[in-house]
Amino acid sequence: MRIPILRLDRILLVSIQIDLSDNDAMEFQSDLVERVAEIEATGVAIDITALDVVDSYMARVINDTASMVRLLGAEVVICGVQPFVALTLIEMGRDLLGADCAFNLGQGLEILKQRIAERGDIRFTEDEND
Amino acid sequence: MTSTPFGQRVEIGDAADIVTARRAARELCERLGFGKADQTRLATAVSELARNVIQYAGTGHCLIEDGSDALNRRIQVVVEDQGPGIANLEQALTYGYSTSGGLGAGLPGTRRLVDDFQIESAPGLTRISIALNKPF
Ligand SMILES: Nc1ncnc2c1ncn2[C@@H]1O[C@H](COP(=O)(O)OP(=O)(O)OP(=O)(O)O)[C@@H](O)[C@H]1O
Ligand SMILES: [Mg+2]
Repeated sequence: MRIPILRLDRILLVSIQIDLSDNDAMEFQSDLVERVAEIEATGVAIDITALDVVDSYMARVINDTASMVRLLGAEVVICGVQPFVALTLIEMGRDLLGADCAFNLGQGLEILKQRIAERGDIRFTEDEND
Repeated sequence: MTSTPFGQRVEIGDAADIVTARRAARELCERLGFGKADQTRLATAVSELARNVIQYAGTGHCLIEDGSDALNRRIQVVVEDQGPGIANLEQALTYGYSTSGGLGAGLPGTRRLVDDFQIESAPGLTRISIALNKPF
């Protein structure tokens, strides 16, 4: 089961529709990491609107994916955590989902763009100081 | 998956069965009149337990039953495997403890999500029983 990765300029969009098995998750992570590096993506939005259950395994898959993408230098936002999923995750343990979240893909993209813009400024001033 | 008048039995043999088991739990939960929060709690708990069966025992099964009486709706789930057993129950129930590089949130998280939580484990048999209750 391959998860399609959509490209919008230098932002990548992925939508997780089903529970990923260990193998699916690894394939998905390496596909995404490769893609991020290939286009030097500035941001990645991971949409999980379709997940009506996020257990600790899926939480780890999502966290790990977000960390990998961040390590490469791109910003990440998780979009569309369902209200009852959020409730359950917090009841299970406070820090289960450790990434930044947005209500939906649209808002996620806004946040990414804003962050990327801010980051651009930082780099610009850093260059000036050199 | 087999159905009886009292509930359902789901065999757990591969990752796809995790989804089957938690769907069955959610459906019965809904049918018995539990709200969406409880449906999600139970589905998540069943997902954790079924995943542990796959990860640590290989195969097992899950029984999902209506245990309602005159006063309470009650849904109970028993997840069982014939695997190696849980070596140290106290550690296994501690948040953050994992022998597989996981978050170690499965068992302690499940315990927090449900009203009743019982665990018995020895080499050859691990049985975890959980339930949600709601007054009529
Ligand atoms: N059915 C089982 N048979 C044998 N050992 C088990 C079983 N279920 C859990 N364990 C043991 O208990 C530990 C804790 O389980 P728990 O589900 O809490 O965390 P995890 O599976 O390691 O990580 P996570 O569920 O957060 O991905 C496991 O690492 C494993 O050693
Ligand atoms: Mg587990």
